[in-house]
Amino acid sequence: MAREQTAGAGRRKANGAAAKPAKDSGPDKEELLSYYRDMLLIRRFEERAGQLYGMGLIGGFCHLYIGQEAIAVGIEAAKRPGDQFITGYRDHGHMLVCGMDPREVMAELTGRSGGSSHGKGGSMHMFSTEAAFYGGHGIVGAQVSLGTGLALANKYRGDGKVAFAFYGDGAANQGQVYESFNMAQVWKLPIVYVIENNEYAMGTAIDRSSSETRLYKRGVSFNIPGEEVDGMDVTAVKAATLRAAEHARSGNGPYLLEMKTYRYRGHSMSDPAKYRTREEVDEVRKTRDPIDHVEEMLEKHGFADEAAMKAIDADVKRIVADAAEYARTSPEPDPSELYTDVYTSTGAAA
Amino acid sequence: MPALSPTMEEGTLAKWHVKVGDKVRSGDVIAEIETDKATMEVEAVDEGAVEALLVAEGTEGVKVNTPIARLSGEGEAAAAKAEPLPEPPAADPNPQPASRAEAKGDPVRAASAAPAPPAAPALRDPDLPEGVKLVKVSVRDALRDAMAEEMRRDPDVFLMGEEVAQYQGAYKVSRGLLDEFGDKRVIDTPITEHGFAGLGVGAAMAGLKPIIEFMTFNFAMQAIDHIINSAAKTLYMSGGQIKCSVVFRGPNGAAARVGAQHSQDYAAWYGHVPGLKVVAPYDAADAKGLLKAAIRDPNPVVFLEHEMLYGQEFDVPEGIDWVVPIGKAKVRREGSGVTLVAYSRMVGFCLQAAEQLAAEGIEAEVIDLRTIRPMDWRTVVESVKKTNRLVTVEEGWGPMGIGAEICAKVLEQAFDYLDAPPVRVHQEDVPLPYAANLEALSMPSIEKIVQAAKQVSYK
Repeated sequence: MAREQTAGAGRRKANGAAAKPAKDSGPDKEELLSYYRDMLLIRRFEERAGQLYGMGLIGGFCHLYIGQEAIAVGIEAAKRPGDQFITGYRDHGHMLVCGMDPREVMAELTGRSGGSSHGKGGSMHMFSTEAAFYGGHGIVGAQVSLGTGLALANKYRGDGKVAFAFYGDGAANQGQVYESFNMAQVWKLPIVYVIENNEYAMGTAIDRSSSETRLYKRGVSFNIPGEEVDGMDVTAVKAATLRAAEHARSGNGPYLLEMKTYRYRGHSMSDPAKYRTREEVDEVRKTRDPIDHVEEMLEKHGFADEAAMKAIDADVKRIVADAAEYARTSPEPDPSELYTDVYTSTGAAA
Repeated sequence: MPALSPTMEEGTLAKWHVKVGDKVRSGDVIAEIETDKATMEVEAVDEGAVEALLVAEGTEGVKVNTPIARLSGEGEAAAAKAEPLPEPPAADPNPQPASRAEAKGDPVRAASAAPAPPAAPALRDPDLPEGVKLVKVSVRDALRDAMAEEMRRDPDVFLMGEEVAQYQGAYKVSRGLLDEFGDKRVIDTPITEHGFAGLGVGAAMAGLKPIIEFMTFNFAMQAIDHIINSAAKTLYMSGGQIKCSVVFRGPNGAAARVGAQHSQDYAAWYGHVPGLKVVAPYDAADAKGLLKAAIRDPNPVVFLEHEMLYGQEFDVPEGIDWVVPIGKAKVRREGSGVTLVAYSRMVGFCLQAAEQLAAEGIEAEVIDLRTIRPMDWRTVVESVKKTNRLVTVEEGWGPMGIGAEICAKVLEQAFDYLDAPPVRVHQEDVPLPYAANLEALSMPSIEKIVQAAKQVSYK
């Protein structure tokens, strides 16, 4: 266990004051099993979403999180109740780890009344005030400014919450990201910027789009500390997030985490992924898969044997099958929903 | 009296830095001028000796272009008097040209000056409760008072924007707010519209009630993605979960002589978007009452002010919690001959046009829309049913504009009542030119409104 931590931390590069080797002794059995289960839930959920898309039950754009599961799960493990998540449109995994009901998420994908937005948001636009999940945003980079606004509200209220704004290597080149960096650091806002660097901004490899591909350095000119993290190692993700969140929560301002990851599927369902080779994808799946990694740790430490893991898988599959069935059978929104929620007459959210 | 800003019409000569007999060189500070927006030092443009101070220190209301001092070294005048030109004490090896163009005055201002607001409308405001005292307040101060009152009332309300705090507002609308509420609630941002609009919307999603000031709405185009995609649509996309109580406010429309990129009316742009409310008040009472309503509204509100109205004073009810409901137009002048529909500064133009028309026997009804979205169609349609003639007036461009929408609505709802095709008065279909004469040609004017009213009246 300790070796795994060191291996994860050893691959970490960092700039800024707060970066130091992880000292915690690593996850215990229950923790590791829960990571395994949560990551498996995302993967099985996404596989099923891909299937439903192929069946024509999910329309429009649908961006799958397969391959990146360790990031959402590791950060969820490090955040505190009330801390907010906000992300772009590759958002299903974040919602599941935040505790949103898989039924509601899947039914939103199918555009049904049982969806979290009553079918009016779709894959890219989902929210849950209860789960402190603030979307689900379709405009690349918008969630970085909006997330910084969540952090502004946290500081305004002095409630000790930290906002986590997730974005990809593609969004990392948007101007508003840097406008937000600047204000977050000037005002010492409690926010952790999480770059999920899966190497491809849609079809454009990072070295074709970015003059500085080490994205954890993107905060340097704002004096925002950043570090590179193995985003395929859930324990490394958690350890780095604890450091980052502590920095932000203590009034030191924003912190930047570059999660090195990879998406196995295309950018969206309609992406033939001609910009990379089958071999490249296979190599990552074989050597860096985040779920395999946890499986190995569970086996190595004797926390779970194959049968136990299969039982978890079966349980997860049952949840996903139930969600899919719900999403298939939930009725379409009533036509009267067309004109609801354009304006609200009730007071602003608490 | 130099014009220190594109919209300055008069100022106070606060202080003289020179006295008669002093020699001045170009660049020397000779006086301090105060306006309702700013205090500025006036530098000498020419060299010479001060022969006379024509305006006493402390004089208020000195019109732009009024001579304030005479220098003996002034070209022909000095030559005519045949007095020796005083030599500057030492020759500057690198003389700097007087680059502060704004200190030179603006000889063509008179041509493009805004029409004065008409005398107090004869109609009693139907919104006013009985017995309320009215006091003269500028639109600028009415807006400030609205923000201050709402900030006192609700600790979740805060103001964020460029120069809103220490500088007291680029147009001095937020004057005094930093002192009262501190820098937690009156926040100076960097020049970064896209970013701070996003921060404001994010804070609103978290339940705060930000007032986002844009120095002008021209700059909000950098932020329009957050106004529309993030603020206006999220309630709907979230199935009613995420509310966004935010006000985007600032001056909108053309100021004076600031050219195409700083002169645009965005009413039609924002009026197009479901999920937004759009407000564009004319007088100070509406500016105050509607801004208070906008701040309390749980939806995103685009609040379009007008720089040319900031300094104008109107009656504002005193001592009551004056909130004007969003979505209600106001009949500013009753008439049976033709309906003039306008919002913001153009309401003043219409009221003046109505006076001219009355002299020619046409009684115009002037409707101040006040709210662009949701629009008060009933008031417009009922008026057209009475007058049978319609002229729309807006500062924005005509195509796909507010007037076009009003015409469509009136055709749908009062087609049989029309005695003439409606006419739209709007900015000419060009980017706003800088040259004074072209600018005047481009903008709506009282004459154009009068002409349009006559056209629909077949006179």
